[in-house]
Amino acid sequence: MTTTTTKLMFADVKVGDALPELAYPVSATTIVLGALAARDWRPMHHDYDFAVNRNGTKDIFMNTPNQAAWFERFLTDWSGPTGRLGRMKFRMKGSVFPGDTMVLSATVEQVETDDAGCGWATVLVRLTVDGELMTDCTARIALPTTDDDNPWTRRGDQWKP
Amino acid sequence: MTDRDLPSEVEKLIDRVQYEEAGEFPVERGYVYTSCSSVENGNPLFWDDDVAQQITNGPIAPPTMISVWFRPHQWSPGRTEPAVPLQSHFDLKRIFELPEAVMTDNTIVFHEPVRPGDCLRTRQILRSVSEPKTTKLGTGRFWVIEVEYLNQNDELVGVESYTGFGYRRGES
Repeated sequence: MTTTTTKLMFADVKVGDALPELAYPVSATTIVLGALAARDWRPMHHDYDFAVNRNGTKDIFMNTPNQAAWFERFLTDWSGPTGRLGRMKFRMKGSVFPGDTMVLSATVEQVETDDAGCGWATVLVRLTVDGELMTDCTARIALPTTDDDNPWTRRGDQWKP
Repeated sequence: MTDRDLPSEVEKLIDRVQYEEAGEFPVERGYVYTSCSSVENGNPLFWDDDVAQQITNGPIAPPTMISVWFRPHQWSPGRTEPAVPLQSHFDLKRIFELPEAVMTDNTIVFHEPVRPGDCLRTRQILRSVSEPKTTKLGTGRFWVIEVEYLNQNDELVGVESYTGFGYRRGES
């Protein structure tokens, strides 16, 4: 088990910052484990014959909820556990198959403090395979503004994701 | 985005709460560990109770797992047909007689953290339906469906918004 101990502060983030890239070799186990962890039983995520002969794809492929889980892991590897996701928007453009090396990269597009005093970074994440964009994701993540600030304690009108 | 010429059957559905239903089991840590394992997520919030106590006042589930708690079992007693998630989407395909559909956008907004033991419920709300459109896939309509997730205290824990495109091939 690898634990994340980073505590990224809002003041340490600026527009144009690049997040540390993550490259991961995808196997059939990656796809099947991810689908079952998401309780997605649809056969195109575990049955090669169905994926190829019914769906017309080249192999089984990664499902959307598992991609969301990869994006969350990627973002909180950067922010540490005090980073709190507020919003994610996906656009799927292609599929991720066994044998692919998927690469997650991202840049900070915007930083702002809302009227409740919460510090936000908007990050554009790209999932690519061999340089081709498969999914992009715009995420809004809250970061501590001071040593005493913890975005996870915000509720009601103090939390505006 | 809404077409004034929508069938009344569809117009009546816009902004109306539908398919309010409870999850089939309480939020539990086994699935949290399996999900974190599947993406090698070492965030100590999900593995170290001391860290979780300090930061989130106890264990939570990864926010992106929100839809996991509502995917039906593949089989359960008395069920003769597989359950269909996002029934509103399939209703629109049927009403407009559009055999194919794709999801083009998915937005998730996270509110109160989800915790082990929570009993969540969900409800679907059709927000809009477009006039007929032709894309490279075919001719059909776009629609936006929101899924709201609430916990046992009626607190909003998240909202998912799906943009779907139902279409018929070969009319482009």
